Amino acid sequence: MRIEEHPILNFDKKKKIKFFFNGQSVEGYEGDTIASALHAAGVKVLGKSLFLHRPRGFYCAIGNCSSCLMTVNGVANVKTCVTDLEEGMNVEIQEGKGEIV
Amino acid sequence: MKQAELVIIGGGPAGLCAAVSAARSGAKVLIIERNKDLGGQLLKQTHMFFGSEKQYASLRGIDIPAILISELEKYKERVEIIKEATVVGVFEDGVITVLEKEENYFKIAPKALVLATGAYEKYLSFPNNDLPGIYGAGAVQTLMNVHGVKPGNKVLMVGAGNIGLIVSYQLMQAGVKVEAILDAAPKIGGYLVHASKVRRMGVPILTSHTVKEAIGKEELEKAVISQVDEKFSPIEGSEKTLDVDVMCISVGLTPLNELLAMRGCKMKYIPQLGGLVPLRNENYETSVENLFVAGDATGVEEASAAMVEGFLAGLCAAEKIGYRLDNFEEMKNDYLKQLEELRSGPAGKHILSGIEQIVL
Ligand SMILES: Cc1cc2nc3c(=O)[nH]c(=O)nc-3n(C[C@H](O)[C@H](O)[C@H](O)COP(=O)(O)OP(=O)(O)OC[C@H]3O[C@@H](n4cnc5c(N)ncnc54)[C@H](O)[C@@H]3O)c2cc1C
Ligand code: FES
Repeated sequence: MRIEEHPILNFDKKKKIKFFFNGQSVEGYEGDTIASALHAAGVKVLGKSLFLHRPRGFYCAIGNCSSCLMTVNGVANVKTCVTDLEEGMNVEIQEGKGEIV
Repeated sequence: MKQAELVIIGGGPAGLCAAVSAARSGAKVLIIERNKDLGGQLLKQTHMFFGSEKQYASLRGIDIPAILISELEKYKERVEIIKEATVVGVFEDGVITVLEKEENYFKIAPKALVLATGAYEKYLSFPNNDLPGIYGAGAVQTLMNVHGVKPGNKVLMVGAGNIGLIVSYQLMQAGVKVEAILDAAPKIGGYLVHASKVRRMGVPILTSHTVKEAIGKEELEKAVISQVDEKFSPIEGSEKTLDVDVMCISVGLTPLNELLAMRGCKMKYIPQLGGLVPLRNENYETSVENLFVAGDATGVEEASAAMVEGFLAGLCAAEKIGYRLDNFEEMKNDYLKQLEELRSGPAGKHILSGIEQIVL
């Protein structure tokens, strides 16, 4: 769900960026964070809570709350709301606390 | 270890103004900003600002950082900026630690510090408040105005303060439907101009209402709202269910200043200022010598006040480490007067009753 028309801002489509979400190919645009690209692609659930395994989405979108942690290119606990999307990134829903590599 | 004269933590309006002011005084400044871009909250404010001309009112928020940055350019030989770097610690010996791009970790020993880290959004408790689709109003603003992505199709806005009203309007500008704006208070908290604007577009503002619960399996699907009585208790039988896929929480901000508590600054809980804030003197110096604060981190107000506080704290921090402008007193009094003017309205009265309790 991208904004197509806006009275003040201009969102001309930028370069497309291909990445993977849980192994599936997804597209975002230059200027996206991982979380914004996933949201635009209809993905709201970014993880599960540690103990009750409840679905987690982003909350603050500016890196304050840690609600958006995912595993990116094998690295656990990445704040996807403030991490720029890059070509070929491998983004995965994280199980538990994640491993230190 | 990196040596520095004056380090400014946070490159929002307060931090940028502190940098301009200190560099103008002759100090070497180093700005450390967590984000990719300078500007803080202003980067997503597409609306015209209120306030007076001295604080760039009637400009759109998004256009203000460029003005401050070009002001900084004038002193570029004395200004260093490190972006995508988070200050993670402020220690008793005055050393601060920085994590740059999640990989480079280093220490700095500055002569003085200005902390201008802003604020974060408060949360509201109700059953299922953790469902994806329930977001801070600022987050929704970032998603729309910075990334060009719609948060969903139908929104319930919780909180009718200025932020709730403005973000509702911006949602409609982005083509998203706002089902209702609700607030537990019996009166709308935000300015009437903003309230009228959204009402004219057909959005009901329900005062004396609250969220009873959110419903959904993996994501938000519905929200149950209810009326509240004078004691803010839900009125039985007044529940209504709304079909919404997004709920925006806009119930105020709270200062982001754990780094000050870590360093041992004396702090006090002041509801009028949004939460825990540092004690400070007229120059915005905290109980720890050479450690200054400015902006929302000292108490949640507006960008206008944040900028003036930044100018004042930057001026005084520079003076403290030996860079005193010839017209220091005159400048300082001008900033103090601007703050007094900004706080002269009814909202200012409330803020002042909080500030009274923290001035050293
Ligand atoms: C929807 C909305 C509408 C608003 N409308 C108006 C208006 O019309 N008029 C008005 O005057 N005000 C308005 N405001 C308020 C205004 O935006 C804020 O008061 C102002 O931005 C506060 O400035 P600041 O510099 O203190 O904090 P911020 O703008 O929050 O900046 C803080 C900066 O510090 C950085 N930071 C935080 N922690 C660290 C760290 N540890 N290390 C490094 N960097 C860090 C952050 O990334 C950020 O860039 C509005 C706010 C919102 C949310
Ligand atoms: S959503 Fe809060 S840190 Fe990412």
